[in-house]
Parts: sequence; structure tokens; C-alpha cells
Amino acid sequence: MLGIVGTVPDLNFPLSHGQVRLIGRKLNMNGRSIPVNRGTPALLAAALKATEWMGGPEIYAFLAGDIGRGEGSRKLYEFLTRHLPEFEFQVLAFHYLQPDVDWHNKVLFTVESMQPRPILIADAGFMYAAKMSGEAAGYDFFTPDVGELAFLADELAPHPFYTRGFILHLNNRVPDLIRRAHQHDNVAAHLVVKGEIDYIAKGNQVIAKVDRPSFDAMEAIGGTGDTLTGLLTVLCGVDLEPAKAAVLAAGANRWTGHFAKPDPATQVIELIDKIPLALSRVMDQNRGKDYDGC
Amino acid sequence: MFGFFKKKGSADVQKDPESSVDRGILVFENTSDVIQAEKALQKSGWAIRVMGPPPEIQTGCDMVIEFPLIEELNIMRELSNADITPLQMVPVTAPLLEPVNLFHTKDFGDYLMVRAANMKITVSKKDHAIVNISGGGCPDVPFLAQELVGKALENAPRPRELGHTLCGYALELAYEELRRIC
Repeated sequence: MLGIVGTVPDLNFPLSHGQVRLIGRKLNMNGRSIPVNRGTPALLAAALKATEWMGGPEIYAFLAGDIGRGEGSRKLYEFLTRHLPEFEFQVLAFHYLQPDVDWHNKVLFTVESMQPRPILIADAGFMYAAKMSGEAAGYDFFTPDVGELAFLADELAPHPFYTRGFILHLNNRVPDLIRRAHQHDNVAAHLVVKGEIDYIAKGNQVIAKVDRPSFDAMEAIGGTGDTLTGLLTVLCGVDLEPAKAAVLAAGANRWTGHFAKPDPATQVIELIDKIPLALSRVMDQNRGKDYDGC
Repeated sequence: MFGFFKKKGSADVQKDPESSVDRGILVFENTSDVIQAEKALQKSGWAIRVMGPPPEIQTGCDMVIEFPLIEELNIMRELSNADITPLQMVPVTAPLLEPVNLFHTKDFGDYLMVRAANMKITVSKKDHAIVNISGGGCPDVPFLAQELVGKALENAPRPRELGHTLCGYALELAYEELRRIC
């Protein structure tokens, strides 16, 4: 089973946990319908689409309503510290949560007591908190975009909003940013850096680059990073080596663009619809291939 | 540029506008209060800046308002009139973290995208409809996208009215930049 933790943008959505289904273009959890726009619902929808196509593991979600005030995130954090060890997950992905270093540390401490220890993926707000906690090395994957990578590389910045200019100017030098982030122990064991070129790194070394197909408009579409993290979660859960899972996830995410023919007004659900076609294409292309560091 | 070579104490040495010795910071409980305070103080013409808190400040949120210390009483009065109460006021003793102030604009032909820090907002050039919001990692981002996408830039609620986090604040900056250039 794969675990996904995040928030939905609805104050009335209570703390909930359970298996999730994708019915048409909406998620269903414990009888509640959740629209798929961007954020954790987009991650979940991508993961569900992928696992259905691959015959992969079930998806189990921990969700709460949060619109940025942090109440829902704190309820989730508290629940996880009490109950996570009751669950068994191959992969556990943390997503749109209010960054809070103290709560992050409590959750990570709880995860360490899980048997077996799941593969840990952090993205979005939880990745920000993981970096600031100094415990980044406890994670198997971070999935930043290039701007967030600059934040990871800035040892002083508490949030991407405060990344210093001289580091932001290295935006086009991703390998340098990866090395700098690694030097300050601010990265997970692996990185998938999302951008015009997707970089897969292990430690401080880039071990693969994925740059095709390429669609400019994807940068504008909210949720394309979320879908990549969803795909990565599923591919890590079907016993692929981390680097191969990352290359396939990045490739499949790009191929959704090929099939959806996006423009900057395309919505992420239109890309999610194309995940089976994209996975089929990327699996064919990468059959039998191996990657450095796998 | 060559100020380094000027003699100390020469008549044309000017006060460094970035100097922090005469500045104080106001600490607030949450980002929403910072945004409201900034709005109220800017409306009255005060020379203030939103900055990152110094590490020794253990309370409040991830933004503070830097202000001229000499104006403390006037500024506190102004905030009181706006019904906003800071948690504390402290003098600035070390450089503060500055928010990202670079904007990146990308022209897609029929669409225009502006990025501020980690947030991007894209509008249709034809009718200024907000077609996408991307980037960010705080939980108000999906909420802001839900509330703004599909509305015209001029009629949409402002991110600063609905946002609660640094991501929401960055989106406000991108929104303002789009309003400026559209």
C-alpha cells in the first residue's frame, strides 16, 4: 500500500484517512467527493491513474482541509504522530502541508519507528520543513522545481520567498545548485528536479536528465509538479530502483503533454487523463535500460 | 560605485538608506496580520518593508515589517486605528532576510506568465482571464488557485485578501506585476 499525506483547499473537509478512488474526474474518499485541480488532489489523481494502469498497490490517503492557516495541517501532524506505526506502507509521500519544523520532526521521528520503514518522498510545504529541520538526509526523494532547488541550496533561507539573489542567479546551473544543497546537507538521497530539463540526482551527482518531449506551456499549468510526484510514488512502489522510477516518472509526466497538446490554459486534469498513454509510451522506450546509480 | 575610495567624514558621505541601525521590526502572529498591517501602513505613506524575521525571533510568523524606529509611536497608533496588534516590536540589530524581488515574465503568445519567487500566475492576453496558477508549496496555494482561476485579473480577489502564507504573499507580488504590465 502507498501512503499519501496532504491537504485539500476546503475548510469544511475534516481530518480523514482511507482508500481513495478516482471516479470520472473527481476523487472519492469515505463517501466525500474531492475536485481535482492542483495540489494533493492532483498528486492523488495521478497516482490512482498510474496504479490502476500498472496493476500497482492501493493508495491510502491522509487528508485534512487547510486554506493556509495551518489548522488542518496541525490536525494531520498530530494524527500521524499517534497512528502512523499502525500502518504498513511501501512508500509514504508528504505533500501540501503547512511548513512547521517542530511538527515535521515529530512526524519523522514517528516514521522511524515504522516497520518496515517506507520509502519517504517529500514535496511542497513538507519538503520546505524537511530542509529547515536539518533532517533532509532522512528522505529518499525530494522533488523540487528549479526555484525550490535554489532554496534548498541556500543554507539561510527558511522559505523559497527568501532565497538570496546570488543563488537564484544560478537557476540555469542545476548541477551547481545540487552540489551546493548537498554540501549543506539540505537534500534527500535522491532528487528529481522539475524544469525545462528534469534532473535526477543521487547524492551530489546528476545521474540522468530527461528533456523530451518538451512543451513550454507545461510550466504555466498548475499541478504538473504534483502529478510527477504522484507518478514517482507509484513507480517507487512497484519495486523499481529509485533512479529508474524517477526517470520513468519524469518521462511519463512529459508524455502526458504530448497526448494532451497543452497550452497555458490547459488544466491539470486534462494531463492526468493521459497518464495511461504516457506510461505505456515511456515504458516501451525504457524497457531493458539501466541507469547509473541504480 | 567608487565610494570605497572616498575619505571618511567627507561632506558628501550620505546616510546609507539600507542601514538598519535606525530601524525596528514589528512581529505579528500570522501572515494575514502582516499583510493587513502592510496595507494599512502603505496606504498612509509610511516607509516600511516586509522582510524575513531574524533567527532570534522565536514567536510570530515568517514575515516582519521593518519600519523607521523614530516613528514607532505614530506607526503603533496607525495600527491600533486599523485594529491590528503586533506581538512585539524590536530594534533591528542584524541584516534581515530580504524577500525575492525578481520578476520573471514569459510571453506565450496568447498568454502571459509572471513568476515571483516560487509562484507563477498566467493570464490570457485577450480578456485578462487568469488561466493558471502554479508553483508554491503552502496549503493556501491550491485554495488561491481555486478562487482565482477563471476570473478576470481586474475582478478576481487579490491574493493578499485570501492568502495566509509566504507563498500567498509571493503570488500577490506576481499578481501586482501582472496588473502593472497588462
